[in-house]
Amino acid sequence: MEGVLHQVLSGIASGGIYASVALALVMIYQATHHVNFAQGEMATLSTYIALTLINAGLTYWLAFVITVVVSFIIGVLIERILMRPMNDAPVLASVGVFIGLLLIINASTGWMFDYMIKTFPTPFPGGPLLFSGYVSGHELGATFVTLLVLIAVYLFFRHTKLGLAMRAAAFNPVSARLVGIRVGWMLALGWGLAAAIGAVAGMMVAPIVFLDPNMMAGILIYAFAGALLGGIDNPLGAVIGGFALGIIENLAGAYLVGTELKLTVALVIIVGVLVVKPSGLFGRTLMSRV
Amino acid sequence: MNAAASTMRTFTLGLAVWVFAAAVPTLLLSNYHLFQLTMVLVYAIAILGLAILTGFNGQISLGHGAFYAIGAYVTAVLMYQYDVPYWATLPVSAAICAAVGFLIGLPALRLGGLYLALTTFALAVAVPQILKINALEDLTGGVQGLVIDKPDPPFGLDMSPDQWIYLFALGVGGVLFLLAWNVVRGRTGRAMMAVRDHALAAEAMGIDIALMKTRTFALSALYTGVAGSLGAIVIQFVAPDSFSIFVSIYFFVGLLVGGVSSIAGAILGGAFVEFVPNLAESISKAAPGAVYGIILIAVMFLMPSGAAGALGSLLSRFFRLGTKSGQLRVTEVGDRSARNVSPPAGVAHGARSDAGGSGRL
Amino acid sequence: MPALLETRGLHAGYGETRVLHGIDFMVEQGGVTALLGANGAGKTTTLRAICGMIRITGGEILLANERIDGKATEDIVQRGVAHVPDGRGTFVELTVEENLRLGAFVRKNRAGVAEDFERMFGYFPRLRERFRQQAGTLSGGEQQMLAIARALLLRPKLLLLDEPSFGLAPLIVQEIFSIMHRIRADEGVSILLVEQNASLALDIAEQAYLLETGRIVISGLAAEIRRDDSIRRSYLGY
Repeated sequence: MEGVLHQVLSGIASGGIYASVALALVMIYQATHHVNFAQGEMATLSTYIALTLINAGLTYWLAFVITVVVSFIIGVLIERILMRPMNDAPVLASVGVFIGLLLIINASTGWMFDYMIKTFPTPFPGGPLLFSGYVSGHELGATFVTLLVLIAVYLFFRHTKLGLAMRAAAFNPVSARLVGIRVGWMLALGWGLAAAIGAVAGMMVAPIVFLDPNMMAGILIYAFAGALLGGIDNPLGAVIGGFALGIIENLAGAYLVGTELKLTVALVIIVGVLVVKPSGLFGRTLMSRV
Repeated sequence: MNAAASTMRTFTLGLAVWVFAAAVPTLLLSNYHLFQLTMVLVYAIAILGLAILTGFNGQISLGHGAFYAIGAYVTAVLMYQYDVPYWATLPVSAAICAAVGFLIGLPALRLGGLYLALTTFALAVAVPQILKINALEDLTGGVQGLVIDKPDPPFGLDMSPDQWIYLFALGVGGVLFLLAWNVVRGRTGRAMMAVRDHALAAEAMGIDIALMKTRTFALSALYTGVAGSLGAIVIQFVAPDSFSIFVSIYFFVGLLVGGVSSIAGAILGGAFVEFVPNLAESISKAAPGAVYGIILIAVMFLMPSGAAGALGSLLSRFFRLGTKSGQLRVTEVGDRSARNVSPPAGVAHGARSDAGGSGRL
Repeated sequence: MPALLETRGLHAGYGETRVLHGIDFMVEQGGVTALLGANGAGKTTTLRAICGMIRITGGEILLANERIDGKATEDIVQRGVAHVPDGRGTFVELTVEENLRLGAFVRKNRAGVAEDFERMFGYFPRLRERFRQQAGTLSGGEQQMLAIARALLLRPKLLLLDEPSFGLAPLIVQEIFSIMHRIRADEGVSILLVEQNASLALDIAEQAYLLETGRIVISGLAAEIRRDDSIRRSYLGY
């Protein structure tokens, strides 16, 4: 029983990370109808930037904040420079550009920071905490941070003027223009925000899985599975799905299939959702015309 | 020039190229260069499989490396564990991959472009893990993989194994390319493209979309699987980490750079995948990925129909099979986001691409 | 009376398709101008051209004597042009409240906005009832009211209305038009009204233009056009 509790709590911690990345994916998808395949690589790059800053002597939280801001800017730049012309391109071309971006960032990260696995520091006190042995200090801290981020994002979108404008621009760009919203910049902001969220996710997960250029590939899959499970059209659903995935993955890894097959579990979930209910638990019905 | 004469001309040209390829490199090139050329063929066949699915049928797959891996492992296991002769493994590999492709095609029916791309992406990421499963280690050789012998030329022919493998691959490739060309040219090809371009209309005209799409998936998987088998024979080695997500991605890049709905483009793509990493590595160790990425993005912006499309517009009709101008016309089935709309709603078109600058389309 | 909006030789279309072939018309300050015509005549295209939603291929558009052709939609909106598009353009996933708040998006004066909300509820009490409801669940008539209210919250100088009667039951249309009479009297906004329903439009407008396949074929005082039987029968169909 203790084992299960540990797995669940651990699962919530990783779930928070998946939920964050899932949210980033869904945000970009809602606004642009594109899936950002390079989301994982961007997050990895951000994490490396953070490590560089920390190694240069900055305190953890200062490096954290700078990294988030820098990531935001990178996201905005990518949207303005690369994605804007792709708005009207056929799907294949835009997927091509995303994959190209993935490759470039992945290679650049490897080139700038080499391929050796590195450790990434955690700001949270080590060792088991309140729940004595069920969850590590970092896992608890990471859960807290990701929840904070998710709540902040939610409040931003629901209760600020800019958040409303971004939602409007995502739902109906034509009408958004007609009320004076600069839709192009809303898209760029959305990208920036997604990049910033990804950076937080990267920095939270790196202490657990260690940092190397391919760190986020698996996480991207889990995040996608979570987003799909919750409903890829629905930010809240995606978040719930992300948490659910974390728990499922951990329990399955511990009791069902062994850790070596955890990715397969994600794959099975993806296929399962798409076959049984493509719109996910909370999503709107997708058009699934054959 | 009427259709029949044009077909004849294409065929003759293809045949001439094939004969040239059989004779000249074999006699002139070193073993190492022949090996490279053989890999170009292998990748070309793999990319041709992807072209069939994505270029001609509009289903985006970022996971074809999985079929490549399956084909490679089928061959390796049969040769290593059961002493099956190399050439006999190909039909088995083809059959298994076709079956798997069909099975994957079934849930894929539900997915529009992006979801399918994501799902196949997930599949490709999971492949190395699956290949490392402890339970199957006896069969697959686990993390270390399997080493297989290079086949000798048959009938005691006086040539090096590399030469023989090259000719063997050329033979298999020739058959497969011819088959693909026939399929694409004929009714099936037209049906495939009809489904790609306007699924609803195709359905209204009596095409069974579900069957068509799953069959296309199966055919596509077969091609890439056979390529995988050939690849295993050439390289003489299979291991889980050789089949990472990057294999799928490189095939995808090769497809787009060579020419999405172009059969000859697959050859260009194969050459791209084989030679660019070598060139890139002389620039910088980490470069292959970045070079791929940069070239891919440049192609998407400048030459969306790939090298074949660009060459094709220079060389007129010989290489452009399938679409009128070899242009990218892959549309998502069922996702009517503001891309394919007629003029009155085309306002959304213009509005979306507007950055708040000039208001111009 | 100076013209608030003026087009000179306006040419526009969608890609290869030319729709407008050089039209000239004016919207007077403080008045209602009707733009009539059958389906496909180019009425919606005209409004879209004014708003910068499509690129024009020739001619000029002037707002208060300043050229706005070629400007971005957002900039034109900032200059006080509110467009109620065909199909209403409601943000269906958002609530009525959010739709209205978006209408006031570019305005800085919060007190003024609150006051305007009240006035909108005065015209359209149903919007107050449905304030927190998702806009997509409103009926067609309510969505039209919402769209008009949203546009008015901009405190525009010029209001463009694209076929407000479209797809609505006659009773609802009557209700909306009678509210529009009030709006026109109280708000001091100039209106360019595009309508297929000529009788309703001529009833509220001072000036009228008739568009036929991209050209203006009739222009003049609405009252006169309404009285002229031959025009009514041959062009307006009643």
